[in-house]
Amino acid sequence: MLAEDLHRMAAHERAQQLQYDHHIIVCSGTACRSANSEAVRQALEQQVQERSQIGVCTVTNGGCRGLCAAGPMVSVEPAGLLYQGVTPADAGAIVDSLGSAPVPHILCDTSAAFFSKQRALVLEFAGNLDPDRIESYLANGGYDTLLKAVTEMTPTQIRDEIVRSGLRGRGGAGYSTGLKWNTVAKAQSAEKYVICNGDEGDPGAFMNRSEMEDYPFRILEGMTIAAYAVGAQQGYIYVRAEYPLAVSRLKGAIRQSEKLGLLGNGIFGTSFNFNVDIRLGAGAFVCGEETALIASVEGKRGNPRPRPPYPAEHGLWGHPTLINNVETFANIVPIIRNGSEWFAGIGTAKSKGTKVFALSGRIQNTGLVEIPMGMTLREIIYDIGGGIPGGRHFKAVQTGGPSGGCITAQHLDLPMDYEALMQVGTFMGSGGMIVMDDSSCMVDVARYFMEFCMTESCGKCIPCRVGTAQMFDLLDKITRGEATLDDLALLEELADMVRNTSLCGLGQGAPNPVRSTLRYFRDEYLSHIVDKVCPAGVCKMQHREEVLP
Amino acid sequence: MQKLLVPAPSDDKRWRMVTATMRRHGYRRDALIEALHSAQEAFGYLDSQSLQYVARSLNLPLSQVYGVATFYSFFTLKPPGEHTCVICLGTACYIKGAGEIIASIQDHFDLKPGQTTPDDRASLLTARCLGTCGLAPSGVFDGEVVGNLTPENVAERLEEWLDHAG
Amino acid sequence: MTNRVLTLQINGQEVSGREDETILEVAREHDIHIPTLCQLEGLSSIGACRLCLVEVANVPKLLTACITPIQEGMEVHTESERLNHYRRLVIEMLFSEGNHICSVCVSNGHCELQNMAQLLGVDHVHLPYRNPQRRVDASHDRFIFDPNRCILCTRCVRVCDEVEGAHTWDLKARGIQSQVMTDLNQPWGDSTSCTSCGKCVHLCPTGALFEKGKSVAEMSKRREFLPYLTIMRGKHR
Repeated sequence: MLAEDLHRMAAHERAQQLQYDHHIIVCSGTACRSANSEAVRQALEQQVQERSQIGVCTVTNGGCRGLCAAGPMVSVEPAGLLYQGVTPADAGAIVDSLGSAPVPHILCDTSAAFFSKQRALVLEFAGNLDPDRIESYLANGGYDTLLKAVTEMTPTQIRDEIVRSGLRGRGGAGYSTGLKWNTVAKAQSAEKYVICNGDEGDPGAFMNRSEMEDYPFRILEGMTIAAYAVGAQQGYIYVRAEYPLAVSRLKGAIRQSEKLGLLGNGIFGTSFNFNVDIRLGAGAFVCGEETALIASVEGKRGNPRPRPPYPAEHGLWGHPTLINNVETFANIVPIIRNGSEWFAGIGTAKSKGTKVFALSGRIQNTGLVEIPMGMTLREIIYDIGGGIPGGRHFKAVQTGGPSGGCITAQHLDLPMDYEALMQVGTFMGSGGMIVMDDSSCMVDVARYFMEFCMTESCGKCIPCRVGTAQMFDLLDKITRGEATLDDLALLEELADMVRNTSLCGLGQGAPNPVRSTLRYFRDEYLSHIVDKVCPAGVCKMQHREEVLP
Repeated sequence: MQKLLVPAPSDDKRWRMVTATMRRHGYRRDALIEALHSAQEAFGYLDSQSLQYVARSLNLPLSQVYGVATFYSFFTLKPPGEHTCVICLGTACYIKGAGEIIASIQDHFDLKPGQTTPDDRASLLTARCLGTCGLAPSGVFDGEVVGNLTPENVAERLEEWLDHAG
Repeated sequence: MTNRVLTLQINGQEVSGREDETILEVAREHDIHIPTLCQLEGLSSIGACRLCLVEVANVPKLLTACITPIQEGMEVHTESERLNHYRRLVIEMLFSEGNHICSVCVSNGHCELQNMAQLLGVDHVHLPYRNPQRRVDASHDRFIFDPNRCILCTRCVRVCDEVEGAHTWDLKARGIQSQVMTDLNQPWGDSTSCTSCGKCVHLCPTGALFEKGKSVAEMSKRREFLPYLTIMRGKHR
């Protein structure tokens, strides 16, 4: 495909869409699907037919609107209406209302803080793209940026743009994306690889799932630009097998892009070649770690190996390999399209751009939100999230998954960026944000995460293999009310040792939930140990009678 | 180097899926995980026949294939029950009571995660996170994602499968 | 291709080594002892046991000596109260993980785990014992595998794959459930790939792999073959 073909296809699709007066878009993400959005779409199609609106109105699939708990979500364009909790029975009313007053009982207030406080950059087009059709992407400027990149820019110019933008890895650690790209670009090798890490393993995180489901083409375009910038010819997307919809969307996107020559040999008539394959994960959290992920792509047990050497120099099959998170790749197109200055204008001094968070747990509005870096936790929880339901009190937010920690009420005004989170003992992680209220027991939460790390430990290094099991036993003992203060001292000793001696990030991070809850909620531990009482009433104490003298 | 192809263990047509996956990857050794995915999709689990076939076709040591198959929790070496119930144990689900659901299944049906009922009617599995935290606590019943689970509505579904009356 | 010679400091002593050498190799060439369990000259290094962790000036993390290449001007410290504390905990973890009862072990007196415990001054284990239930496999004609004494160093797995080329051994499951096993997790005696060469037995640091019918006194292990074999195959390191 050449530039003129791209523009012709995009113009054709736009003209097609203009033929209709109304567009009804039904969210087809995993959450809405499990709330029966397929049946809603069928009902809408049927109603359009029955009310002879064919040619006037079209019904298509769209992406996630973020408000996952209120699904199925249906939007109507160009009126800009959003409906929530739609059932097939509402279909007739929606079709009847086209061009007149909206259906009141299911109408969603899009001026609410949940929508108005967000800044859509990664989640651009707010779900109006049909993730199954490349034409829909092209009509919205899709692949224009790749065209610009490979025909007007040199690889060095692209990398400079990424460095200047200040983009940092969205997988958790926040390493400078541009510097990583430069390392791979400078490595001497005939073969190089680009890997998109879609092994979103943090329990309570579903940003990457949604991004892969809704923006498969955007991710491919970002990867292709990356490949051009670092000199790679082959890419892999490593996706969890637990995300079947994301897998099928990505497969479809690869097939359609290949068909149009947007992947393959001689992209846009240049000498640049790039192919992408999908590799399925198989249920191992540790494979989110770069070196373990590489082992898994090579078909082996997902055992990490010590770094250095880093994958950027010695990666897949020993070749320089660029590994970035799904969301990092999703940021590439907007940066190259709008320029690094524009991107660097969003966010804080050291954390640029936006971050997508998955809000869940004890919060009113569960779902996906995208905010500019630096927004306070209070705004996220109370304005966007709608606060804590049931008149309960906010207690803490867990970020960074099983390697992260909690942020408490005293830090509600903390601006969300990489450094601020590190300061309070947690980290950005991939973006899972689990809200806990006063009905949650922090010791139980620490025990939960330790169990997770114990079962997900690969078993290669001793501190992580044995240490997580020993720490889990101790935490379990505490939640049963059978532990002593000596056990607590041992727990802290092990937490320090496992953190400092484990081979990879999983082990090094495994003690974090314990350390973080001990830092802010030590009194809860002491209640369990000394008074044999669980303040939140979650843990069932076995040895209450021992309190008696 | 051309390698002699290993014949499928039987005439069962499901082997074609497995063979096709390996062929698509040029019988390269790194296709192991993809091949195991196909075998499990075709047969529901990985028995020693599948493991041997994949090992021989890809020229891999048996122990390596077994090691990979048991490393990843997505693979199962035991045949699943007629119906499967997966309860998500992601953080959001846990905070909203997934642990109690598991406990109540254990109490009522004497079924622990990873187990199948003695009559092979139902298996109980857990997932680390389904990514449907908005619907927490959630689960998958025979492939269908279901949200807002409670011990009661889960018991109802399980009873239907197990047909306690009969 | 010639390798440059780099100079660095280990425990305050000026030393030099080739740029492709690891901290551990250079230390050994200068008679500086760094404890190891999983590492063995002639096999690939995996950095799993964590005993060889060392401190390096201006590097916040501890580095794995058996894998980290030396750098010009590096200041390495192989001994400190902190390192020794961690190393003792590693050994305690191994004791707590399996069922290590020296008095009834065939390797008593020539066990690397036992020696290391003595060397590091581990005089008691303050971690709770996990007492796993693991069955001994005596199905092989000449050898016995006792998983209770296995520390998962994977020397058997590596020598079988890298030197013998049989790849009979590998790991099954993961995390605290991991164990070494043969072929499709079948009794060792039924293994179709095992050549009964015995290399795994001789490289096993503990009494997890041993010869049938040998008494404690006879059960010292012979490893001379390994450096010889690897040099002859030109795969040194």
